[in-house]
Amino acid sequence: MYDIEKYMEALSVEEALDYLAENPDAVIIAGGTDVLIRLHKGKLAEAHLMGIGRIEKLKGINRDNNGDIHIGPLTTYSMLENDPVVLENIPFLSRAAGSVGGPQIRNTATIGGNLCNGAPSADSAPVLMCLNAVLTLQSAGGKRTVPIRDFYTGPGRVLLHKGEMLTCISVQKSDYKGCKGEFFKFSQREAMDISTLNCAVSVWVENSCFSDMRIAYGVAAPTPVRCETAEKKAKGMEVTRENIGIIGKAVLEDIMPRDSWRGSKAFRLHLAEVMAVRNLCRLTGIEE
Amino acid sequence: MEFKTVGKGEKRKDAVAKVTGKAKYTADLDMRGMLYAGIFRSTIAHGRVVSIDTSEAEAMDGVLKVVTPEDVRGYIFPTSGHPFSLDPAQRDIADRPLLTDRVRLCGDEIAAVIAEDEITAAKAVKKIKVGYEEYPFYLDPEDAMKEGAVEIHEGVKNNIVGHNRIALGYSDIDAAFGKSDHVFEDVFETPPVQHCQMENQVTYAYIDGNDKVVIVTSTQIPHIVRRIIANLYKLPYGKVRVIKPVIGGGFGNKQDLVLEPLAVFLTMQAGGRPVMLNLTREECIACTRTRHGMRHYIKTGVRKDGRIIARQLRSYGTSGAYASHGHAIVGKQGSNFTRTYSAELASSFEGFTVYTNMSTAGAMRAYGIPQVTFAVESHHDNIAEALSMDPAAFREMNLIKEGSPDPLGHVSLKSYGLKECIRKGKEYIGWDRKRQLYSMQSGYIRRGVGLACFSYATGVWPHLLEISGARIVVDQDGSVQLQVGAAEIGQGSDTILCQIAAETIGVPYEMVDIEPFTDTDSSPFDTGAYASRQSYVSGQAVKKAALEVREKILERGGKKLNMDSSELDIVDGNIVVKKDLSVLVPISDITLASYYEKETAAPIVSDVSNRINANPLSFGVTVAEVEVDLKTGKIKVIDICNIHDSGKILNRVTAEGQVHGGMSMSLGYALTEKMLYDPETGKHLNNNLLDYKIPTILDTPELKADFVETYEETAPYGNKALGEPPTVSPAPAVRNAVLHATGVAVSSLPMNPQNMFDAFKKAGLI
Amino acid sequence: MKKTITLKVNGKEKTLDVDVRMSLLELLRDTFNLTSVKQGCGEGECGACTVIIDDFTVDSCVYLAVWADRRSVRTAESLSEGEKLSVMQEMFIEEGAVQCGFCTPGILMTATLMKESGKKYSRDEIRRALSGHLCRCTGYQKIIDAVGKGLEK
Repeated sequence: MYDIEKYMEALSVEEALDYLAENPDAVIIAGGTDVLIRLHKGKLAEAHLMGIGRIEKLKGINRDNNGDIHIGPLTTYSMLENDPVVLENIPFLSRAAGSVGGPQIRNTATIGGNLCNGAPSADSAPVLMCLNAVLTLQSAGGKRTVPIRDFYTGPGRVLLHKGEMLTCISVQKSDYKGCKGEFFKFSQREAMDISTLNCAVSVWVENSCFSDMRIAYGVAAPTPVRCETAEKKAKGMEVTRENIGIIGKAVLEDIMPRDSWRGSKAFRLHLAEVMAVRNLCRLTGIEE
Repeated sequence: MEFKTVGKGEKRKDAVAKVTGKAKYTADLDMRGMLYAGIFRSTIAHGRVVSIDTSEAEAMDGVLKVVTPEDVRGYIFPTSGHPFSLDPAQRDIADRPLLTDRVRLCGDEIAAVIAEDEITAAKAVKKIKVGYEEYPFYLDPEDAMKEGAVEIHEGVKNNIVGHNRIALGYSDIDAAFGKSDHVFEDVFETPPVQHCQMENQVTYAYIDGNDKVVIVTSTQIPHIVRRIIANLYKLPYGKVRVIKPVIGGGFGNKQDLVLEPLAVFLTMQAGGRPVMLNLTREECIACTRTRHGMRHYIKTGVRKDGRIIARQLRSYGTSGAYASHGHAIVGKQGSNFTRTYSAELASSFEGFTVYTNMSTAGAMRAYGIPQVTFAVESHHDNIAEALSMDPAAFREMNLIKEGSPDPLGHVSLKSYGLKECIRKGKEYIGWDRKRQLYSMQSGYIRRGVGLACFSYATGVWPHLLEISGARIVVDQDGSVQLQVGAAEIGQGSDTILCQIAAETIGVPYEMVDIEPFTDTDSSPFDTGAYASRQSYVSGQAVKKAALEVREKILERGGKKLNMDSSELDIVDGNIVVKKDLSVLVPISDITLASYYEKETAAPIVSDVSNRINANPLSFGVTVAEVEVDLKTGKIKVIDICNIHDSGKILNRVTAEGQVHGGMSMSLGYALTEKMLYDPETGKHLNNNLLDYKIPTILDTPELKADFVETYEETAPYGNKALGEPPTVSPAPAVRNAVLHATGVAVSSLPMNPQNMFDAFKKAGLI
Repeated sequence: MKKTITLKVNGKEKTLDVDVRMSLLELLRDTFNLTSVKQGCGEGECGACTVIIDDFTVDSCVYLAVWADRRSVRTAESLSEGEKLSVMQEMFIEEGAVQCGFCTPGILMTATLMKESGKKYSRDEIRRALSGHLCRCTGYQKIIDAVGKGLEK
């Protein structure tokens, strides 16, 4: 038995937002793989939960007429991993989704939950950072959009006000069109594990040069981060192994991993460089 | 020798119940009126409780009672699952209170709540308030041994639980080293790790209508539980009944009394109502038992040609907060150290088992031998490398010789297949070619091959008693009911014992049935599942009981058929003529009469006990090939094979299963597993299955198992230890393969990416 | 706090009041006596509590019982019909994939869904599909063998 005081199940976005307006301290629970584990560990007690798992409108992925992709926050990792729109246009999000936990967890855990709990290790976050995803946050009073980079405010903290709920994750066509993306999760085990570090890279190559590049990490800072210094440096660089090495070194300027029992700062810094280089080599077909 | 069922891959007796979900484990058994207990555990690593406030917890609806150390004063007991010794000096250390106000580890049991349901128990535990006085805590045995360290158990000087010494040959080991051409020294560390059997520890106890204390528990040692409970509560043995349902794995974690004594106390507090203690995974990892973490100082003197002149090992093992198996595990290391290899002049072992403020260490699969083998086998590769010798050749030169007497005079060395295991292993992995091929590599992906050998004793004789009981009842139709005190915990002993009974009597395997529960009220006396003893020791008892039954059937058959029983045999459930195997009658003709023939009815039964005064060594080798990514520190095992001399293999399918499982456990030991403690607070950092990293299916390579079948004359059917041995040698084999691949001589486990990053950095490889 | 739910368990529909605090694991074990569903960790890390909901597998320990409302739940108790075992069950026995048996029912649920999907699986894909289950006895070797054989039959 979980230490739940009260449970309400919202069946529509409107119902959920009204309930949140009246019960701003209610904890939103979607797939449950985070909230229930916090209850299990005693990090949350006598909880007042609002379940949203049955709101069909918040599930699934579609591409609109402009080519922008919209991901419902209740989309599970299994759905993301196997979705044709994702596989065709942003396959590195599929890879990231497929690296989370194990199959049973992926069948229930949602991308929205993974973002809203603010975990620095969220495996989908670096990819969404590379894609400049825009989050729609809705409350009974209205809605606003926030770029994912601004969404994270600290470890376990996100820019979600009381009464607000994430209702859509959008990726504009210009953020994926023509790019190739790669995701690299580094964890001790190959399944059921938390990232020691994760890294997503997307590149646009024109005339053998990087015309644009985005690099993002999880667990490399208190929040998922983009590496602007490296990205700027990369722009216009010729695609060579040497330049990839330079970019790999440059990522270190934008990240600040910490020492923890899960991995030392020195190891994470080292890995960050290795992972950026490996991702870039894979994307460009250059031997590492 | 031709056998009918022994040696065949018979299907497990419990398999259907397990695939249909009908097998009943402890928590699956329900009783009316069940109460649930929760334990308040200390939040500090070392100190003393100065205040306990249970009032809020006691006031909660659904809480029956809160028990504190004050209520249980004087109940002190030993926990380890060893056979009793008539010599008081040999008995286990009794240092465990039911609840304690002297805190010895983070998670120590201070108070217990009895409640109507699990969540009330859990919530009430949170409402208990405890104040502490804190002492310095120790997470390293050598720190705990220092002068001035606080005694974790009062009166235990320097916190030393046990001190073992073995010396063979020269009494002056330094003189022996003086005669060597080279002397090599290394220090190795092996971490504390946890069993992580899938079923956590769980027990419930109640008092039945006849004032009998009944304990239903997930244990490997039902009869030992009974003895310790009876002694603790000064109850007649007849008033204590222990029931072992189906068990979801033990690996030594359940060769100890962790929950049973408290569960009994709690049911006594609850008027005999059943009280269940069902640990969470977090509690099970942190607060039950672990493998001893150890540091090994090892020194070897060799001649120029590689022959070992002198060997010395000094080991420090952390016992954690309580003695549990005491010095027995480090002691077993000592005798093992002198067995696999010989030294021309001298061998010396000194071991310390030391209290620390870590989780209590106890039995875990292979009982200290994975630790010592990691040290010895890693050290041997370091020596071979320094001497530019092939590591396999170095070993072959120094192995004990076939037929040589055991140096300690304890065990028979009659069956000895180790050299053949090495040959097979080398052939399997392509040893000579790959040792050559991988000797000159550049680039950041490197490959290497390594091997490691071991020996392992079968059972605990002569240190302790080896005895087992078996009872056979032959039904009216010739069906055989086998009753044993051996504990099936997943390893497959019930299946093997049924095969032995069927083979010996001469009936098909399908005709033999065995009850999956052990019940000390009706199961014959056997000390339980540990020391890889069941198929050897219990098997011998079953064979004895089966021979007796067989004789009785033949005797009765002879009378009925007017033939001398010596002319008869039993084959496939029929009485046959021995010389031409012609079938006379099915045994059911005889057994039916044994029940109902008015003048002579006497059902055919046997009830035996069998003591064994022998202890053959089983042997084996692991060969492994690894691929190392120098940049990420990841080690991928790409090929691995264990080759075992466990005597005759009684069931190929279940034997392979044991080998695979042991290999997997050792791969976790090698690569990912370690119990972590916060150096600032002594708290557990990773006591859950996300952070404590046992291998997943994606981390596990294809596992190969092979056997060199010798025939051990002292065994029921030529068999020797197999349950634990597979988990001994994979870790050092992988370590040695990494040495081959990278030139980096790893000295501590696990070889996880972080540690390999540090090692490669130090070696200048990255 | 209770909620009324209607669900199908192993083919039988039932309406009942459920404590909202209850996990699906507890509902199945305590109310329906389906004790093949095992608790190994309580946080979705071991897979011993795996059941099939509609057409996907979940760790029933981190799934609220009320979420099973209007859904169909299957456990290992449903796999055999009388004495007749399913192909996967048969293969687990034949290949020696069962040891202590605690992880077995959960793995069988994943394997059953794999079989029902009709998809072909490479050995690596079998591993990946089973990667939400921990087993400490078998090293997974014979489990993979059994699932592979079961898929071929």
